[in-house]
Amino acid sequence: MKIEVKNLSKKYHDNFALDNVSFTLDEPKIYGLLGRNGAGKTTFMDILSGQILASKGEILINGKNPFDNQQLTESICLIKEGYNFKKDLKVKNVLKIYSFFYPNWDQELADSLIKEYNLNLNSKIKTLSKGMESALGITVGLASKAPITIFDEPYIGLDAPSRKKFYEMMLEEYQVEKRTIIFSTHLIDEVSLLFEEVLILQEGSLVLQEDSEVLRENTIAVSGKEDKVELFLKGKEVLQKKQFAGTVTAYVYGTKEEAKMHGLNVEGVPIQELMIYLTEGKKGA
Amino acid sequence: MKNSLDENKPIFLQIKEQIEDSIIDGSIKPGERVPSTNEFAAYYKINPATAAKGINELVAEEIVFKRRGVGMFVTEDAKDILIEKRKEIFYENYMFPLKNEAKKLRIKESELIEMVKREDDTNEN
Repeated sequence: MKIEVKNLSKKYHDNFALDNVSFTLDEPKIYGLLGRNGAGKTTFMDILSGQILASKGEILINGKNPFDNQQLTESICLIKEGYNFKKDLKVKNVLKIYSFFYPNWDQELADSLIKEYNLNLNSKIKTLSKGMESALGITVGLASKAPITIFDEPYIGLDAPSRKKFYEMMLEEYQVEKRTIIFSTHLIDEVSLLFEEVLILQEGSLVLQEDSEVLRENTIAVSGKEDKVELFLKGKEVLQKKQFAGTVTAYVYGTKEEAKMHGLNVEGVPIQELMIYLTEGKKGA
Repeated sequence: MKNSLDENKPIFLQIKEQIEDSIIDGSIKPGERVPSTNEFAAYYKINPATAAKGINELVAEEIVFKRRGVGMFVTEDAKDILIEKRKEIFYENYMFPLKNEAKKLRIKESELIEMVKREDDTNEN
């Protein structure tokens, strides 16, 4: 499904949670939606899933607005970091409700995840631990097989082996059938290899949308003597620069080959670090 | 094959290089199957599109070929092609940094040549 975000703004009182954001997600891919707290990620996902209205602009899914549109909402599954389910329901009730709502619901997958995460079908949601509740969210999200599945920090309280299992299952499902998965998390280093495309929001604006392999290829950390580094940096967008023991290190968009020709030491920059430098820099500005 | 990938480098390049290394050192022979996109994706927990990009480049360079519905296989000439290709970048990848470091340490050309000629216990072929 094609998602078009057009001049999207959301204002809460005097603050813009989203400020004139535009981008397009063309194909079913695994998208990483990154940004610091308060960057506008959750607001975006709430509008996308038709749960709240934009103040200005719009999101179109295959040309249609998702708000109050049953046909579209059954194609979208949003799993948040908590409070996904009513407290008094039992696990089995939750599964039943979602299985009615989502036309592509995969009961077999749901069963196997319930077993994997040791969830008791007869437990009430309010008796579940944070981790268990997250596990149920993940189960529902994956088993929904919704063409647009959105995970917003879906694993509060979930331990590392359970998160690993989640990544494996998500990848497996994605391989069987491609769908748009929008994944927002602060544990970037754990999942960045799963992203095909990365979007970074900062203070309500989109600061980056790029293929993750292009990022790995074109964001570099160069270091060397100050004059050499400065020469290389001329005309380039510098994300961050630091100096230590007579050596300057700069994080910059460029290629390794070019930096080597300048006689500089060069390393790649992982997506996690890129996100930090991009959003730190902007804040100070 | 390596056990993990380096996040600082394009992943498709690392997938490509790993297959290349396996062909050069003979662990995958001409006519043998190389792991599929999905197998790479599952093993390294990477996006399948990324793995596919690495493998597709090898197809374009005639290192592997596709048999529809069966998988990817190493071509007869793969090893020769790869050795030629690696020779071409040998200077850039190994000699260039070597000379740079030598210069920094003020190692003379004659000393450098001496070192190249030196017989090492560890490098007997």
